[in-house]
Amino acid sequence: MTALLTLDNVSRRFGGLNAVDSVSFSVEKGEIVGLIGPNGAGKTTLINLVTGVHPATSGRVRFEENDITRARPYQIARRGLARTFQIVQPFPKMTVIDNVAAGALFCGHAGSVREAQNIAREHLAFTGLADMAERPAASLTLARRKRLELAKSLAMRPRLLMLDEVNAGLNQTEVEDALAIIRRIAEQGVTIIVIEHLMKVVLSISHRLVVLHHGQLIAQGAPREVVNDPRVIEAYLGAKYAGKREALH
Amino acid sequence: MRAWAILIAVVALLALLPLAGNNYALRLATTVCMYAVMAQSWNFIGGLAGYPSFATAAFFGLGAYASAILQGQGAPMLLSWAFGGLAAMAFAALIGGAILHLRGHYFAIASLIVAEMLRELINGLPDLTGGGKGMNLPILRISVASEAQFFFYAMLVLAFVCAATAIVVHGSKLGFGLRCIQQNEDAANILGVNAYAYKTAAFSLSAVFVGVAGAIYASWVKYIEPPDVFDILLAVKPMVMVLLGGLGTIFGPALGAVILLAFEELVWRNFLTIHAAALGVIIVILVLFLPNGLLSTVRGWLPAKASSP
Repeated sequence: MTALLTLDNVSRRFGGLNAVDSVSFSVEKGEIVGLIGPNGAGKTTLINLVTGVHPATSGRVRFEENDITRARPYQIARRGLARTFQIVQPFPKMTVIDNVAAGALFCGHAGSVREAQNIAREHLAFTGLADMAERPAASLTLARRKRLELAKSLAMRPRLLMLDEVNAGLNQTEVEDALAIIRRIAEQGVTIIVIEHLMKVVLSISHRLVVLHHGQLIAQGAPREVVNDPRVIEAYLGAKYAGKREALH
Repeated sequence: MRAWAILIAVVALLALLPLAGNNYALRLATTVCMYAVMAQSWNFIGGLAGYPSFATAAFFGLGAYASAILQGQGAPMLLSWAFGGLAAMAFAALIGGAILHLRGHYFAIASLIVAEMLRELINGLPDLTGGGKGMNLPILRISVASEAQFFFYAMLVLAFVCAATAIVVHGSKLGFGLRCIQQNEDAANILGVNAYAYKTAAFSLSAVFVGVAGAIYASWVKYIEPPDVFDILLAVKPMVMVLLGGLGTIFGPALGAVILLAFEELVWRNFLTIHAAALGVIIVILVLFLPNGLLSTVRGWLPAKASSP
């Protein structure tokens, strides 16, 4: 197996705060990696760091053979690294189809606006938004806006897709639908990093988990092992509870 | 396709105007064309990219002075006009690098300073620019009537080229990217839009035709001075025109230019002392009642049509 994304000792400081602190891990081609951790652990900062929104203050980020630590967000996007935002970021007044076409147009796969719109139509069908194509993005419900984010990233033809809480705020059925879509994306050979708070979702979908706490990587490995790791339980539930579980075993 | 048909029809119709033989109408039409160019140009950066630029006056004055200085050295007039446009464009690309990372009000303030800076520079170089005394331009040795026609056609051609560029940009990848930037710049970046390059392109486009307009204006009035060609109203009026006609639309800016100038002419002729206040009242009414401009408001009244391209 070859590493698609490698983080080597990366840190990101905001003033005196180490939002991400000497984190190293790699993601193999074809994997679905779950990135978890309590609120404020630095998960979104880590995504921002990889996508160049807030570049690392130290350490190196490699995507395939290239060092992308200092690359600009648009350059990273064109290399095949796509993301969705925790707080959805549509172009509100543009139509749903044009939102998706933007992804196809600017990541270099579509030669013209018209071609991009044709590509966008396929992705709208895939994410179940085909009926909404001509409506302004702002008129969609939250669940559909989350799917629009997905369709936009897919139109970029990513090799690595980072999903920042695509299921937050969705109800049970909507989560099931979203998971089915994510599985189908993975089947197409796209490597995926999922940030997720719903533990059931992460466990059912991830091949491997990476756990952050206070900006540091505290555990990684197979999902079942990681969730039984005392350090992980301590991070989520406190030392007292972790100790109790230790005693039981 | 429909946009091209409208453009060609309007320009062809306007080209017949000199047949009417009225120099007052011709002078007014020349001014309309000039302001249409300025409004159309502002629309690239202000309407499409959503960056409220006050630099239009700077580009106008720079084009006027660049062309006047070159003609003072004996260069032919048409060549000097082109030089005025290129000088404004190069200046915009340069200054864009310094101020286009600012957003919203901060960008507006920075762009406002640009014209003041140029005005001081020109005041400070009297050997080259005549300083505060201004500059005279060569007089054309043709009759008054044919001169009026000549400058009318010059501005009309410029307005045509500028509107044609707008049509091309609106349908292109550049226009699409600028709309993305206007809607959500961070999301645009993440989707692979090189926002910095796109904004610089829009800013340069907003300068080049204004520079040529300034150069033609200088040759037309034959005498320029800093307070005239760097007038802040030259930056404000194009904005009002675009807001009046329709932000980010193809023909909104030109329509706004016609309406505002017609209104100005009426108010100015009838209420000389309060015409500045009247302009203020228009701006207030605009913001209150037509936030999306006349074109989209009228479109809203019409029965909903299947989405037109």
